[in-house]
Amino acid sequence: MTTVADRQVTVWQGKITPNIKVAGSGPPVVFLHGAAGLAWDEFLEALTAHHTVYAPEHPGTTVGDPDSINHLDNLWDLVLYYYEVFDALGLQSVPIIGHSFGGMMAAELAATNPARVSKLGLISPIGLWRDDTPIQNWMIITPATDLPKYLFYDPSGPAAQKVLGLPDDPQQLVEAQLHFHWSLACTGKFVWPIPDKGLKKRIHRIKAPTLLVWGKGDKLVPPVYAQEFASRIPGARVELVDHAGHMPSMEQPAYVAGLVREFLRG
Amino acid sequence: MGSVLARATNGMECAVIQLGSTLPASQPPQRVAEEYAMLDCISGGRLIAGMPLGSAMDVTMAYGVPPIEQRERYRESHDLILKAWTSKEIFAWNGKYFQLPMVNLWPRPIQQPHPPIWIPGTGSTSTFDFTVEHDYCYCFLSYFGNKSAARSVRDGYWGVVQQKGRDMNPYRMGFLQLVAVSETDARAETDYAKHIEYFYHKLLHIPVEWFGPPGHQDYRSLSNSLRNPAILQQFVTLKEKRFKDFANDQFVICGSPATVRDQLKEACEELRIGNLMVLLQIGSMPHELTLKNTDLFFREVAPALRPMWDDAWENHWWPTTLRQGQTSVSA
Repeated sequence: MTTVADRQVTVWQGKITPNIKVAGSGPPVVFLHGAAGLAWDEFLEALTAHHTVYAPEHPGTTVGDPDSINHLDNLWDLVLYYYEVFDALGLQSVPIIGHSFGGMMAAELAATNPARVSKLGLISPIGLWRDDTPIQNWMIITPATDLPKYLFYDPSGPAAQKVLGLPDDPQQLVEAQLHFHWSLACTGKFVWPIPDKGLKKRIHRIKAPTLLVWGKGDKLVPPVYAQEFASRIPGARVELVDHAGHMPSMEQPAYVAGLVREFLRG
Repeated sequence: MGSVLARATNGMECAVIQLGSTLPASQPPQRVAEEYAMLDCISGGRLIAGMPLGSAMDVTMAYGVPPIEQRERYRESHDLILKAWTSKEIFAWNGKYFQLPMVNLWPRPIQQPHPPIWIPGTGSTSTFDFTVEHDYCYCFLSYFGNKSAARSVRDGYWGVVQQKGRDMNPYRMGFLQLVAVSETDARAETDYAKHIEYFYHKLLHIPVEWFGPPGHQDYRSLSNSLRNPAILQQFVTLKEKRFKDFANDQFVICGSPATVRDQLKEACEELRIGNLMVLLQIGSMPHELTLKNTDLFFREVAPALRPMWDDAWENHWWPTTLRQGQTSVSA
């Protein structure tokens, strides 16, 4: 396994020092995680074979630093904050892959300043809304009983176990629940109560070549949203993934990593 | 409702407790300052101003406030209301959530500098801190009685009171207890059992995720709640309980006047409660039965509780116009 380093840079008037997981070698790629926080997984591991992967932890979601979130009030702050993080990492124009909430952020970054995002990979992103296909509010879905059904093609499969399984040790259980809840709180700050914060007005500004990856069995953000994104981003390509729900990079890591690697190379 | 009660009780020696307007869901919040001031005027200075954070279902789900912002909005609303009540001059408010060029409150409260403030809560650590720092009365809204979880809230709250160097005046704490009184213990069960079960089985049937979506509690309160899940656990097990359990565990204090008196007195002593609130209409309880319960409670039970703390403490959280040094009992 590749060595994964924790790197910190200080930004935002010295108020936020995010943790960024960095691994691999080769041209850089940024990965923005989903609502429940960053988990270094097989998919990211696969990308490190050809790329240096930078995976920042969303403010507030780093264990031991829950208060960073208080310095960012809204989506505009968060977008500008990310450009500062990229500056600090020396990334002028970089490919960004984002999953779910991270996908929405990647799209916002590419739309706000197209010069900063060279390629855009969106894996089951949120950010658009259709009244005929409302997106369930994931923050109030009962984690133990109902969340697996929304997130996974196979709710009892190994990927679901790995992502949602809880430790037996009571102390570790509390830490895991705390991290899960607080990560949802810190990401939810920018999308509650409806995950439509105006991307539809800005999305036409995206200039980066764009790949959309969607699980065919996504019950949280149904695949109809793939077309919703594709129709608004010039030249976007859609790849639907069999046997995958809202977490295709976790249920089909090798396949999705292959798609992304090819996209980044092409 | 508050204005109707304020008018209907004119001239009576009783406070009007509005527990109250949900601060983070009130836009703009000086509206609360105005309405409370108006109630204070109508009641002749008998208002107690409740300042609830609001449930997550109310503020975040029905009104759309992001859960992580609920407390911050609450604090800003509180600060604005206090400034509106106490400023003699028009002022500009440049807040994070509210920007108001000219705050110019009218009417102004009769009670000066402002009516007593009560903070209802369900056991969050940060609400203990807020209440004690501002020297307000903390009202624990327990729907699960005065035993296990209430004891941990008691320890938490009074711990903060001591730690912040305040006195141990029992009137710093209010407590909500469900109460059902009848002629005898047996009669109480016949009268009230099905209404109490209806309340707990139907009306308090809340998914835990709705009670506290992520961010509703700040990080430290969440950490404490996860380590001490007693309050949330009670929601999960409600369906398994029957009337006997609700009565035995004193979720509801139910029985003859003597039984209710003894149990309530013990509960107030155990929790160190000066301001007791009783819920006398429970679940499907019909009007006539509610009147009976109310009548028996105030005739047979309340008089024995009123003088409980009188010899040692004064209720600084009671309207100045009404202060006789008596224990408050309200419904």
